[in-house]
Amino acid sequence: MKLQRRALLRSLLTAAAVLAVPRWLFAARPDKAFDEKNAGAVVSDLFDGPITESDQVTLKVPDIAENGAVVPVTVSTELTDVESISVLVENNPTPLVAMFELSPQSVPEISVRMKMGESSIVRTVVKAGGKFYSASKEVKVTIGGCGG
Amino acid sequence: MGNPIKIKAKLKGDVAEVKALMPHPMESGVRVDTDTGEPIPKHYIQEVVCKHNGNVVTTAFWGTGVSKDPYMAFAFKGAKAGDKLEIHWRDNTGDSSVSEVELK
Repeated sequence: MKLQRRALLRSLLTAAAVLAVPRWLFAARPDKAFDEKNAGAVVSDLFDGPITESDQVTLKVPDIAENGAVVPVTVSTELTDVESISVLVENNPTPLVAMFELSPQSVPEISVRMKMGESSIVRTVVKAGGKFYSASKEVKVTIGGCGG
Repeated sequence: MGNPIKIKAKLKGDVAEVKALMPHPMESGVRVDTDTGEPIPKHYIQEVVCKHNGNVVTTAFWGTGVSKDPYMAFAFKGAKAGDKLEIHWRDNTGDSSVSEVELK
């Protein structure tokens, strides 16, 4: 009886340790928005407020991407209190590419490389001081990056 | 355990400029194996957490649209030589990787 209790206790503690680690390391990912197939749906899932086009948001992408498998994107902003930076490729099968959550320590500039299946509008949405700001640009893709 | 993350960090005053390369297939689930005709299952990094001396400075959530062998760059203030920078990722299969560098 005593042995069984000990074994149970040990397995409970192990389970707790396994569960506790990822919770502590990672905040919640907006899984639904990442699965959405429509850019409009991504926007309504993620951003609960009006989005303003802003020249204080700088989106750096190439005009023409020869290889859609690797398209560099850099987003920076002069806005303060930046909470997050998201990147969407409107014509991709799942438009939401990435969402970066920043801290007060962060410099509001991020870069990443993304896949583009075809030519598309690339949009970034910056959340700053509880409000949403965006910039967008069309990227022409010569060879798509989603197929084999 | 996934492949180690390659981290390059440079201090400019109190700003740490970080570049990270994470070798990973980043399979989107839409590609098909040309030999078998079977779809290649999704296998991609979903979360990247960057910590400065144990405090989270940036968390990246990714979809399948991030390129193979992801590269990301970011920067943060309040850094000095000797500080620790740690980057973790976790993918949709539950695999993960952690690497740490000392700022200098």
